[in-house]
Amino acid sequence: MKQELLTITENKKIAKDVYLMVLEGDTSAITASGQFVNIKLDGFYLRRPISVCDYDEKTLTIIYKVVGEGTEAMAELACGEKLDVLLGLGNGYDLSKSGDAPLLIGGGVGVPPMYNLCKKLLAEGKKVTVILGFNKQEEIFFEDEFKALGATVYITTVDGSYGTKGFVTDVMKNLTYTYFYTCGPMPMFKAIEATAVTSGQYSFEERMGCGFGACMGCSCKTKYGNKRICKDGPVLEREEIVW
Amino acid sequence: MVNTKVELCSIMLDNPVIPASGTFGFGYEFAELYDINCLGTFSFKGTTKDARFGNPTPRIAECDRGMINAVGLQNPGVEAVIANELPKLAKCFNKPVMANVSGFSVEDYVYTCEKLDKEEQVGWLEVNVSCPNVHGGGMAFGTSAEAAAEVTKAVKAVTTKPVIIKLSPNVTDIVSIAKACEEAGADGISMINTLLGMKIDLKTKKPVIANKMGGFSGPAIKPVAVRMIYQVYEAVNIPIVGMGGVSSAEDVIELMLAGATAVEVGAANLVDPFAARDIVNDLPRVMEKYSINNLSEIIGGAH
Repeated sequence: MKQELLTITENKKIAKDVYLMVLEGDTSAITASGQFVNIKLDGFYLRRPISVCDYDEKTLTIIYKVVGEGTEAMAELACGEKLDVLLGLGNGYDLSKSGDAPLLIGGGVGVPPMYNLCKKLLAEGKKVTVILGFNKQEEIFFEDEFKALGATVYITTVDGSYGTKGFVTDVMKNLTYTYFYTCGPMPMFKAIEATAVTSGQYSFEERMGCGFGACMGCSCKTKYGNKRICKDGPVLEREEIVW
Repeated sequence: MVNTKVELCSIMLDNPVIPASGTFGFGYEFAELYDINCLGTFSFKGTTKDARFGNPTPRIAECDRGMINAVGLQNPGVEAVIANELPKLAKCFNKPVMANVSGFSVEDYVYTCEKLDKEEQVGWLEVNVSCPNVHGGGMAFGTSAEAAAEVTKAVKAVTTKPVIIKLSPNVTDIVSIAKACEEAGADGISMINTLLGMKIDLKTKKPVIANKMGGFSGPAIKPVAVRMIYQVYEAVNIPIVGMGGVSSAEDVIELMLAGATAVEVGAANLVDPFAARDIVNDLPRVMEKYSINNLSEIIGGAH
């Protein structure tokens, strides 16, 4: 983990209530897809934990949904402003278990961490299939970006306004894959758990105090003992999760 | 050169800055970030007789200038702390550490304190009779002068190290409880634990925290801490470890002027993992600014 001052170089709306922000600076503390950053905002006491969508040596891309006052304030930030960010938080996904044809499933704001993961798995020569689940068409983002990487992409919408009508599992049940990686809301996780035919990894969300393992605010029970979502997670393996 | 040293129950501290229990784990997580030997000491995660998972999540809610937590004393239990956590700490911290202890009965406190008292690394026992987040215990001992005195007496009978009783602000008269602890043999008082609070989510129209209520901490509670430390300082002759919303070297000095011998830093560590180190580094500058040469001379200076 590192604390850095990063400069905002982009902050734009990409779907209903969803924003993409690019930050520039020393991102060397980020070591894995699926990690998150914790951002200090003026006027708010606790930091905002946000998943990493993509990163390279000097830029960090995050996608966030405006869900409260903090993210509302984030959406107002202008390019050139600096943010105090803790980087390299959490374990991230373990790519070594993916097999040849991994399946990536993102639901809503669970889509962003799939992007860098998809990029890395493709770079390893894996045949990557992606299912992106949304409620309705106006919430969809990053379909073209995933396609541009070279993944096979399926979109589902609950109301059927775009792609396959229904849930990510309505597509998942008809696919063959060697392993799965997912991030999204708990109801989606439970549906995936009931549908999946391979092992996989889930990235969890929880209200956090610190984001780096000090406060025990985001603990959960696993089959291998108590874990902190922020430090020992957010990614847990299917076999260890207590539903 | 200013002198930041203070003496707490016969043990000299390089400076009065002490990360508070529950915000610093068992230290080694922070030792990855900086050399924690720069601290006066720190108070490790509240330890109980048996392992505890704590409360259901969500356990955290943000508030204006602070936060509410209802972690519920998650810890691996005293045996595991001694077997696993203290050896890890020994590799990165070479000063006496403050052992924070909680319990659900007098026997619990006695059991856990007696074990930790025998550990060489432990300099002080900080006995928490004020956790607001567990039912049927914790704070119950800290809201009655008789119960607090009973725990103090029982722990003192089985220990050799200084016993500091950590008090709750959720009482009508903290002074009488502090005096009862002193009379029962306490070597020090630490205060204040969190203020019992609640936050309601307007969208769900329900409390944010699964436990409904939790302990409110952060800069917003500092004036309450300063007032209570000031009151207790006038009433007791044992040292006070002050805490409550401390986030800067200025805050450390303010609590010391109120009567604190040393000062714990809590929630600030969670917002900024380098907060305690930065306060230590900033102390000499702030001391010079306010013409303080010797920090130990300002204790209770506001009286």
